[in-house]
Amino acid sequence: MSTLEVSPVEPLSGQSNHSVVNDFSIQVATVNGSGSQTANTVLMRSIFQMGIPVSGKNMFPSNIAGLPTWFTIRASKHGYIGRRKEIDFLIAMNPETAREDVMKLDSGAAVVYDAPLKLNELRSDLHFYPVPFDKLVAPVCPDAKLRKLVRNMIYDGIVAWLLSVEMEEIRKALVKQFGKRKAKAADLNWGAAKAGFDYAAATFTKTDPYRVERMNETAGKIIIDGNSACALGALFAGVTVVTWYPITPSSSLVETLIGYMRRFRHDPETGKASYAIVQAEDELASIGMALGAGWAGARSMTATAGPGISLMSEFIGLGYYAEIPAVVYDVERVGPSTGLPTRTSQADVLSTAMLSHGDTKHPMFFPCSPEECFTMSIEAFEFAEMFQTPVFVMTDLDLGMNNWMADPFPYPEKPIHRGKVLNAEDLKRLGGFARYKDVDGDGVGYRTLPGTNHPDASYFTRGSGHNEKAQYTEREDDYVNNMERLAHKFEEMRKHVPESVVHLNENARIGFVAFGTSDYAVRESCDQLKAEYDIDASYLRLRAYPFTDQLRNFIRRHDRVYVVDQNRDAQLLGLMRLEFEPELIAKLRSVRYFGGLPLDARTITDEIVSQEGK
Amino acid sequence: MSVAAPPPPKVNRIGLEVLNYKGSKTTLCAGCGHNAISERIVECFYELGVEPYTVAKFSGIGCSSKSPAYFLGLSHGFNGVHGRMPSIATGALLANRHLMGLGVTGDGDTASIGIGQFMHLVRRNVPMIYIIEDNGVYGLTKGQFSATADLDSTLKTGIRNDLPPFDCCALALKWGATFVARSFSGDKRQLQAILKTAISHNGLSVIDVVSPCVTFNDHEGSTKSYSYMKEHEYTLHELDYVPHYEDIAVEIPDGTIMDVEMHDGSHLRIRKLQRDYDPTDRMAALAVLEDALAKHEVLTGVLYVNTQKPNFLELLHLGDAPLAMLPESVVRPPKSVLDQVMEELR
Repeated sequence: MSTLEVSPVEPLSGQSNHSVVNDFSIQVATVNGSGSQTANTVLMRSIFQMGIPVSGKNMFPSNIAGLPTWFTIRASKHGYIGRRKEIDFLIAMNPETAREDVMKLDSGAAVVYDAPLKLNELRSDLHFYPVPFDKLVAPVCPDAKLRKLVRNMIYDGIVAWLLSVEMEEIRKALVKQFGKRKAKAADLNWGAAKAGFDYAAATFTKTDPYRVERMNETAGKIIIDGNSACALGALFAGVTVVTWYPITPSSSLVETLIGYMRRFRHDPETGKASYAIVQAEDELASIGMALGAGWAGARSMTATAGPGISLMSEFIGLGYYAEIPAVVYDVERVGPSTGLPTRTSQADVLSTAMLSHGDTKHPMFFPCSPEECFTMSIEAFEFAEMFQTPVFVMTDLDLGMNNWMADPFPYPEKPIHRGKVLNAEDLKRLGGFARYKDVDGDGVGYRTLPGTNHPDASYFTRGSGHNEKAQYTEREDDYVNNMERLAHKFEEMRKHVPESVVHLNENARIGFVAFGTSDYAVRESCDQLKAEYDIDASYLRLRAYPFTDQLRNFIRRHDRVYVVDQNRDAQLLGLMRLEFEPELIAKLRSVRYFGGLPLDARTITDEIVSQEGK
Repeated sequence: MSVAAPPPPKVNRIGLEVLNYKGSKTTLCAGCGHNAISERIVECFYELGVEPYTVAKFSGIGCSSKSPAYFLGLSHGFNGVHGRMPSIATGALLANRHLMGLGVTGDGDTASIGIGQFMHLVRRNVPMIYIIEDNGVYGLTKGQFSATADLDSTLKTGIRNDLPPFDCCALALKWGATFVARSFSGDKRQLQAILKTAISHNGLSVIDVVSPCVTFNDHEGSTKSYSYMKEHEYTLHELDYVPHYEDIAVEIPDGTIMDVEMHDGSHLRIRKLQRDYDPTDRMAALAVLEDALAKHEVLTGVLYVNTQKPNFLELLHLGDAPLAMLPESVVRPPKSVLDQVMEELR
């Protein structure tokens, strides 16, 4: 159905006689650079503080000011925090998009809008609440220059009255947002929110059914974005060298890390840093530095997005062959150049799995939540040193840059283990070592660090042409033996990667395989399929590559397995095809979404229903 | 009849023989300038008694970049990817600030594919020795021009270079290196003095060594050949290096000698030749290079030295212990910190 087509519907009349409580989505349409982020965060946080499960998704352009941006807040008593396509409550602040935004709404939705836009003339099947924002902002914000920013806070007050959001929670959220140091800004915004609330109370009769009611589902939880969670994970993993180059959507990962490192990683007495963070000249250099640091014994990392991954390709190959630990965060987004850098995707999976030239393959971890961004970061640093290889933590823009409700992070239980590193005493005891010899049968050799004071410590690091003793060779058997050992090491990794999370449904003939942020939509879709079509489905959430037997067994026990990919070419499915037997591959089906927005449940449900022929 | 006992092997001040500073046998062509440079490296590190385990060798790709296997076999080495040795070295030195970084690269590795990383290494003044074995040609791919090849010089095939060269010393001078020198692989005495001074320097030392490629660029028409250097090398001054553990002889100051005290207390003694030259004057250094280019001279000697500018690692407020060696108690904050952060996010 065309989004601009208006179906003939009955005009709404009078007050709604039913209520929709804690189960709707709000969309705020603004222009970027107008300061709406504060108002949106405060509104989301207020609902969260009332104990209601909530999520926020920012759909923003690659631009600093003046282009359309949408922020959706979803409240869900069922705890669904994936994106929902349908909008119930629109706040139309952007004249450029207001008409299209209104025309897209389903019948019965509510619209708060800037009164001069006269949006009520467009349709008769919506609940309209016109607000004279400019008139309301002038008295509460005498400084004309600040009005553009404060104006948005008025809609928080309007919405608070319309949806029964408690004003005290708005006030608390404002204080949280601005902190003690910016009390003046908080006061100014509070004045605007109150003005909105008072105006709504004095002017409107509520006709739409949407409202919130206090619940107790968010007690103890935190709100955090995935990039910050990764930063905290790196902090507690004991990272010591961080090298990076700014790129959307990964920049805030390192920027947040800088903030935490400054607070928590300086010696309280001497002020000396237990880390180095270097903004490199490009991604070629940031990965080079990370590998140099990993080679010399630091816990090193870099963070980037698809274009950076491409640039790092050659060095990653060297890291693979020379066997150097490093953690690379890939916060995935769409496309090259001026593509869609502010839209989410999972389109780096296939290329990252085999990044570089020659025979290379790399472990990837797939966190789906801030909790996993934290715990998997710590696991990734351990894993990189355990297997002496670059490890990729694959997140995406949706996870990395949006705010998520999350459980507080668990403090790491296991002590830091630095892998197989020999010091001078070890060398004295052993009488030497061979860098690439598989002593323990796990494919992982022992290494020494430069600076080790022993005549047998040194070795020469180079690419693929080396024997067990790290000596240069172009011999066929040396090369083949080394490659077989690397392949064996990769097989060993299967025993140590994060396990999948499997929800088995005893009645299910079909199963889902998904990873990362697809999780929310898949879980909701499973419920929709059951409730609406009586389809039972099992679900395996993949948390790492290489795959484990869990995945193979999961495919075996189902008739058809739908592999969910947020990319055009079914990349995860492609990776599975490379590994599995033909009879298992025959069971695989694909569900793809690659529109750049966070995946929603309805898209999956519709696709399954279509493919299942229901 | 008695047989005289063999004389004890000659050792340096830390008790190591010169053998301990050698590497594996070179695989470069006989007569390659790079081999002479490797020999100078062995001599200098041996003579100064540098502990080999404190040195980390770095290189990119090319004939020059193979050479770290041929010296300091007791030091760790890292043969990186083409043009990107600076980032590897920077990372390694971040991890362990006590390592002495020794990078060997070529004119292709530095001035073409690696010009970006080279410039940023210079800009950061990363404390390491960066030797450019400069022969104006790609040897390992059999003789294509590099970006340091002089205008109008020719390849063996007769092809003429119609682009002007990058002068790596001028670039290093302009953008932040704190020790900049040019030498010739055939000038044993000068190269030794420069290398030893670089070992004592606490900042980035860029040493561009004209190092003829006997196979692809030693012909008539080349400006990086042995014969061209014989005719066009112009030595700025005579250099002597006096290590910190030796007394520096008092000379009567007659205006012909200048002493520069290096970070570790060693001295670079500069004896004036035909012209006045002050290597602490950066603008003067740039001017003589411009002048030399116009006159088709290859100026060798110490072009610039600055012992005062802080290096990159000093800007990072690191503690003394290498980051690579920090224990868990230092790098993992306690549970109270996580609790505090979680509370802030509620």
